[in-house]
Amino acid sequence: MASPRAIRSGAGRDPHAPVTNLVLLKLLISARLRSQLAYRGSFLSDVAGQVLLGLTEFVELYAIVHNVSTFGGMTLAQTLVVFGLASVAFALGDLLMGETDSMSETIRSGKLEVLLVRPLPVLLQLATSDFQLRRVGRLLFGAAALVVALLLADIQWDPAKILLATITPLAGAAIFCALFLGAGAMQFWILDGRQFANAFTYGGRYVASMPGAALFFPVQVFFTFVIPATLVAYAPSLVILDLDGPAGIPAWTGWLGLPAAVVLSGLMLLLWRAAIKKYTGAGG
Amino acid sequence: MRAYWELAKSSFRRHSTYRTAAVAGAFTNSIFGLIRASLLLSAITTAGGAIGGYSATEAATYVWLGQALLAPLGLFGNAELAGRVKSGDIAVDLSRSVNLTASYWAQDLGRAAFDVLPRGVPPLVIGALVTGLAMPGTPGPYLLGFVSILAAVSLNFLGFFAINLLAFWVLEIRGFWMLYMVVMNLLSGFLVPVTWFPGWLLEFARATPFPSMLQTPVDILAGRTDGGESLALVGVQLVWLAVLVVIVQVMLRFGSRRLVVQGG
Repeated sequence: MASPRAIRSGAGRDPHAPVTNLVLLKLLISARLRSQLAYRGSFLSDVAGQVLLGLTEFVELYAIVHNVSTFGGMTLAQTLVVFGLASVAFALGDLLMGETDSMSETIRSGKLEVLLVRPLPVLLQLATSDFQLRRVGRLLFGAAALVVALLLADIQWDPAKILLATITPLAGAAIFCALFLGAGAMQFWILDGRQFANAFTYGGRYVASMPGAALFFPVQVFFTFVIPATLVAYAPSLVILDLDGPAGIPAWTGWLGLPAAVVLSGLMLLLWRAAIKKYTGAGG
Repeated sequence: MRAYWELAKSSFRRHSTYRTAAVAGAFTNSIFGLIRASLLLSAITTAGGAIGGYSATEAATYVWLGQALLAPLGLFGNAELAGRVKSGDIAVDLSRSVNLTASYWAQDLGRAAFDVLPRGVPPLVIGALVTGLAMPGTPGPYLLGFVSILAAVSLNFLGFFAINLLAFWVLEIRGFWMLYMVVMNLLSGFLVPVTWFPGWLLEFARATPFPSMLQTPVDILAGRTDGGESLALVGVQLVWLAVLVVIVQVMLRFGSRRLVVQGG
C-alpha cells in the first residue's frame, strides 16, 4: 500500500520529508480514484445511477408540493433551496464517512482487525477504503439543484447571507459525517442494530431535505435540538429566504449549523474512541 | 411440496434468531413513519381536506400500513443469490433436487411470515396512538388484503430475484440493484401514494408492476377500494406475477447455460 517507493513517486515530493497522515490520505484517495476510473463503463453507469437517485428524491418532494400552493410555508422554489442544500451536505458526508454505516459488517467479517494492526488511524482508513467517486454524481445533482433554486427563489442577498450560504453545505456535511460516525460507533455495542442508526442517518437526510415546518412539533424539536438535521438546510434557508420558522425551529437557529456540527463531531469522535477501545478481537 | 414447506419453516426460524435486528427495524420504520405522516398531513391541511383521494386519516393510515408492511413485503430485497453466482456456489443450488426459484421463494415467504409481527405491529401501534388509523370494520378487506399481501411478497421476491440473476451476465449487479431500488421505491407508492403524482408519472407507474408491490395491498387492507375494485387489483397482481415468473424462468434457463464453474 504505502511503500516508500509509492510515496516518492508522488509529484515532486521531498523523499526525506516525514510521511504525514495528510500525505497518506492524498495517496490513498488518488489510488482509489485511479482504480475506479479504470472501468470507465461501469463507472459512468454508477454515476448515472447516483444522478437518478438524486432525481427521484426530488420527484418525491415534487409529488407532494405540486398538489399545494405552499408546503410547510414554502413555495416550490423555496423548498428546492432546502433540498439542494441538504443534498450537497449529505452527498459530501456520505462520500467521506458513508463507509461507517456498515460497521457491523466490517466487525463481523474481521476486516476491522486488519485495519487496527496497520499503523494508520482507523478512521482515515475507513474514509479512504471506500471513497466512492460515483457518489460525486449525487453531489453534482445536488449542486445543480441548489444553483437553480438560488436563482429561482428571488433572494435579497447581503454579505451575511452569502456567508451563511457558503458555510451551510460544509457545516451540513460535517453534521452528516458526525451522524455516520456515531452510527458506526453504535454498532460496536449493538451488532445487529444497524437499522437503529438508519433512523438518524437516513432519517436525518430525509428530514433535512424537507421544509421543517411540515413536521409534527415533537419531531421538529427532536430533529433540531437532539439530531440537528433541520440545521443542515431548513434553518439556514429560513434566514436566507427571510422566512419565519415554526415553533420548534425558530429562525434564529439558522446560524446554529456550524456550532452544532462542531459539538456533534466532538461528541461522536469521543464515542468512536470509546467504541474502538471497547472492541475485543476474536483472535482472527 | 413438503421440501418447500420445510424450507419456509427453517427460514422462519433463521430470521427469528435475529431479534435485535427486528427491534431495530421496527424502531426505524416507526421514526420514518412519523416523518412521512407529518409531511403528508401538513400538505393535506394546506390543500384543505384531501389530496389524490386521501383525507388526513386515510393518508396517515396509508403511511403506517406502508411502514408496517415494508419489511414483510420484502422491499429491501437481498443479494444472496448474486453472491452465490459470483462465488460459483450456485452450481450446488442448481444440482439440488428442488426447483431453484421455488426454493428461494419458499424461504422468502418464511422470512415474510416472521417479519409480520415484530416489524409490522410496532409502527401500527404508534400510528394508532399518534395520528389514529382508519381501518375497515368488515372482514372482506382483511381476507382479500391477505391474498394481496401474499401476491405482493411474491412480486417483490421475483423482482429482486431477476436483478440477482443478472449476475450471470454482469460482474457487478450493484448499479442495476440501485436503479431498481430507486425506481421501485418511487413507483410502488412507498414514498408518496401514486395518486399524488402528476398525471404523466401516474400513467407511467400504472403501466409497471411496482404499484402492485406495495400500494395495492395497502389500499385493499385499508378498505379504500370496494370488493369489485379490490378483486380487479388482485387480478392485476396475479397477471404481473405470471409475467415475472416467466421472465425469471427464461433468465435462469439462459443464464445457467452461460455458467462456467471452475473445479468442484
